[in-house]
Amino acid sequence: MTKEEKQRLRKEKKQQKKNKEKKDDNASQESEKEKKSVSSSSSAPQPPTQPATQKGGSSCCSLKNVHDMVQKVTLILIFPVVKRLPEHIQVDNPDVLKKLAKKLERQQIPLRLDYGYKVSLFSHLHQYSRKAPLTQQLSIPSSVIHPAIVRLGLQYSQGIVAGSNARSVALLHAFKQVIRDYTTPPNEELSRDLVNKLKPYISFLNQCRPLSASMGNAIKYIKKEISNIPSQCKEEEAKGKLLNCIECYINEKIILAAKAIAKYAIEKISDGDVILVYGCSSLVNHILCEAFEKNRKFRVIVVDSRPRLEGREALRRLVQRGISCTYVLISAVSYILPEVSKVFLGAHALLANGYVMSRVGTSQIALVAKAFNVPVLVCCETYKFCERVQTDSFVSNELDDPDDLIVTRKGKTQLEDWQQVPLLGLLNLVYDVTPPDFVDLVITDLGMIPCTSVPVVLRVKNVDL
Amino acid sequence: LVVENEATMPGSDKETDLTERIEAFLSDLKRGGSGTGPLRGSAETARETTALLRRITAQARWSSAGDLMEIIRKEGRRMTAAQPSETTVGNMIRRVLKIIREEYARSRGSSEETDQQESLHKLLTSGGLSEENFRQHFAALKANVIEAINELLTELEGTTDNIAMQALEHIHSNEVIMTIGRSRTVEAFLKDAARKRKFHVIVAECAPFCQGHEMATSLSKAGIETTVITDAAIFAVMSRVNKVIIGTQTVLANGGLRAVNGTHTLALAAKHHSTPLIVCAPMFKLSPQFPNEEDTFHKFVSPHEVLPFTEGEILSKVNVHCPVFDYVPPELITLFISNIGGHAPSYIYRLMSELYHPEDHEL
Repeated sequence: MTKEEKQRLRKEKKQQKKNKEKKDDNASQESEKEKKSVSSSSSAPQPPTQPATQKGGSSCCSLKNVHDMVQKVTLILIFPVVKRLPEHIQVDNPDVLKKLAKKLERQQIPLRLDYGYKVSLFSHLHQYSRKAPLTQQLSIPSSVIHPAIVRLGLQYSQGIVAGSNARSVALLHAFKQVIRDYTTPPNEELSRDLVNKLKPYISFLNQCRPLSASMGNAIKYIKKEISNIPSQCKEEEAKGKLLNCIECYINEKIILAAKAIAKYAIEKISDGDVILVYGCSSLVNHILCEAFEKNRKFRVIVVDSRPRLEGREALRRLVQRGISCTYVLISAVSYILPEVSKVFLGAHALLANGYVMSRVGTSQIALVAKAFNVPVLVCCETYKFCERVQTDSFVSNELDDPDDLIVTRKGKTQLEDWQQVPLLGLLNLVYDVTPPDFVDLVITDLGMIPCTSVPVVLRVKNVDL
Repeated sequence: LVVENEATMPGSDKETDLTERIEAFLSDLKRGGSGTGPLRGSAETARETTALLRRITAQARWSSAGDLMEIIRKEGRRMTAAQPSETTVGNMIRRVLKIIREEYARSRGSSEETDQQESLHKLLTSGGLSEENFRQHFAALKANVIEAINELLTELEGTTDNIAMQALEHIHSNEVIMTIGRSRTVEAFLKDAARKRKFHVIVAECAPFCQGHEMATSLSKAGIETTVITDAAIFAVMSRVNKVIIGTQTVLANGGLRAVNGTHTLALAAKHHSTPLIVCAPMFKLSPQFPNEEDTFHKFVSPHEVLPFTEGEILSKVNVHCPVFDYVPPELITLFISNIGGHAPSYIYRLMSELYHPEDHEL
C-alpha cells in the first residue's frame, strides 16, 4: 500500500472509532445504572452478562450496535474483577514496599522488618520473627490504634490466638469494642468516618500477621454494614445496630454453621469407625465431640507435625470428653493408614477452583489417604469460601518464624547457628493447597458438596447479597 | 592382609578370645537399636561382621566346610536375633556362606555354574536331596576362604566411593534435589557432585529424631545450598523438585525398601509429580527378606520421642506409636544406584541370586 492510502485508512478508522464511541457513551450511561443495581458491593466478581444483554438491547435499534454495547458493558462489568494484588505476596517488588511504607507512615503504624535468610523460592513473601513483635515498636500510649486492637495484634503475632475461626471471632469481638468506644467527630458521617477509622487497624493487624481468608470476608461484611447505615440515623442507634449485626454474623456463620455441619457429618460416622484427624481444627473437634455424645462408637487417630504440634491441643480436648485416641507424627502416617476408615480435615479457606487451603501437611495426608483408598472429608463453613484461585503452595502462603525448626536432642542443637552458615536456609511454611481430586466430599452448612462446587456456592451467596 | 597363624596362640585362649569378641559384638548390636540410628553406620557394621566372620574361620575348630557353615550359621542366628532390624549382619553372613560353598565347589573341582543351576533335568535325575553335604576335607580350604573374605572386605571399603563416583552422571546443574533424613551414602554422593556442579538440596528433617538437621549442616558446610523443611511440607514443596535421592536401611528381595519413616510419603509425592526417585544403596544392604511378615517388619521405639512425659495426665489414656521404618513398594522407585552400577527395581531379584545361595535365605 502507498503512504497516502495508509494515512487515509488510518483517518477512516479514527472516524469510525469516534462514531462508535458517541453511540456507546449513550449506551454506557444506561448500563452504569444497571451495574449499580446488579452488584451492590464493589468487590463482587461475577459479571452476569445475561441480564445486561436483555436490558441493553431495548435502548438501541440495530443488531450491530447491540453487540458493541454488550461488549462495552461486559468490559465495564468485568473491570472491577481485576483487583490489585495484595501487598503481602509482592515483597520482592521494591515499588510495592515503598508504597506500603508510605501508607503505614501516613497511618502512623510502624513497619515490621523481615528476619533471617529467606529461601529463594519464597522471596516474594514476608518472614517475621516471633521475638520481634510489632508492639515493641509502638509508643505507649498509642493514640492511633485502639488498645483492644493492639492486644489482638500481639495475640496474633505470638500465636496465642490461632486457628481460622478463633482469629475471626477474636477480630469481631475487638471490632465490637472499637465500635462501642467510638464517637462521631463533628461534621462527619458515621458511615464514612468509621470505615476510615478501621483502615489503620486493619493495616496494623496485617503487619502483625497476614489476614486469613475468613477474616477478610468478615471485614468486608462489616464495612458493607457500616456504609449501609443511613445518614439520618442517630449515633446510639447506629452503634446498636452494628453491634447487633456483628453478633448475628458470629452466630450465623460460625456457631450455627458448626451445628449444621455437625448434623451432616454425624450421618457419615458409623459405629466401629477409625477416624483420622490432622492438627487442631475447632470444627472437626466439635463434630467428633457431638458424634460421641450421640453415642457413636468410634476411635480417633490424631496426626501431628512439627513445629507447631497443634495436635496435642486436639488430643487434650478429645481425651477430656472420653474419646479413645491414638497419637502419631505425620511421618508415621503411612504406617497407621491401613487401620483408618475415614479422614476428616479442617480447612482454612476453600478456593474458587476447588483447591482446599489448609495447614501445611493436609495435602500430604490427603495424598497418602488416596493411595490407600481411604475417603477424605473436608469440613468448612461457607464464610471461608474465597474467590481467589491458586494451584500450588508457593505463590500465596505465609512464612512463619524459621527459628521454630531448631530442636535440642540429647543436648545437641544442630541448627543453632544456622544464621552463620551462609548456604543454609530454614523453611517454616504455614499453609498448603490440596488439589480437588484428593478430596472426596466437602461438608458445609449448606450441605454436602463436591470440591468443584465452590464457585457455585460463591455465586449463590453473592446474588443473595 | 592378615592371616591368623594357628601356631602362635594356644587353643583354649584362642577360643575364649573369640567368644569374647563375639559377645562384645553382640552387645554392641543390642545397644545400637535405640532408634536414632545404630551407633555406627551400616557400612561399619558390615565391615565388623565380616571381620568377625574371618576371625571365626581362622580361629574356630572345624574340619570340613559343613562344620564351618554350621558354626557360622549358629553365630549368625545369635547375631541377627540381637538386632533384627540390622539386616546387614545377616546379609554378610549369607555372603560368607556363599563364599564357602563356592570355595568348596572349586576345591572339589566341579565348575560353579552347574552346581548353581538347579535345572529341571538335574532335579529329576538326582531324585531327592542333593549329594552336597560338604563333608570332604580340603587342606587349602581355610586359606582360600580367608582370602575370599578379604576380597569381600576390600569391596566393602570401596562401596561409598564407588557410588559417589556415579554422582555426576545423575545430577546436572541448577537442579533441586530432595532428600530425607540422614544417609552417609547420599551425603557422599551429593558432596562429590557438588565439587563440579551447582545445585540446591532440600532436606526433610524426619521427625522425631530430626537426623535431617545433621545432614543439612554437613551439606551446607561442603558448599551446597541447603534448605531444611518439616515433614509436613514435603508435598507442598515437591512441585519444584527435580529429583528425589534417598538412602535406605534395607533393600528387600522384591525391589521394595525398608527406609526411615516418612519415605513412603515422599515416594508417593514424587510419583504424583512424576519426579524420579533414586535410591543410593550399596550391595550389602540387599536382603533376601520379603515385606509380608508384618510382625517383624516394623520396629518401634519409645513413644517418649513423640509425646513426652511432660504432657501429663493424657499420657495414660492415649496410644502413642513411634515406628522407625516405612515400607516403600517397588512401583514407586525409579532407579537403584549401587556400587556395581545402576539398576531398575525389577532387576533386584537377579542380583540377589548372584549374591546369596537360596538355601541360606533361612539362617
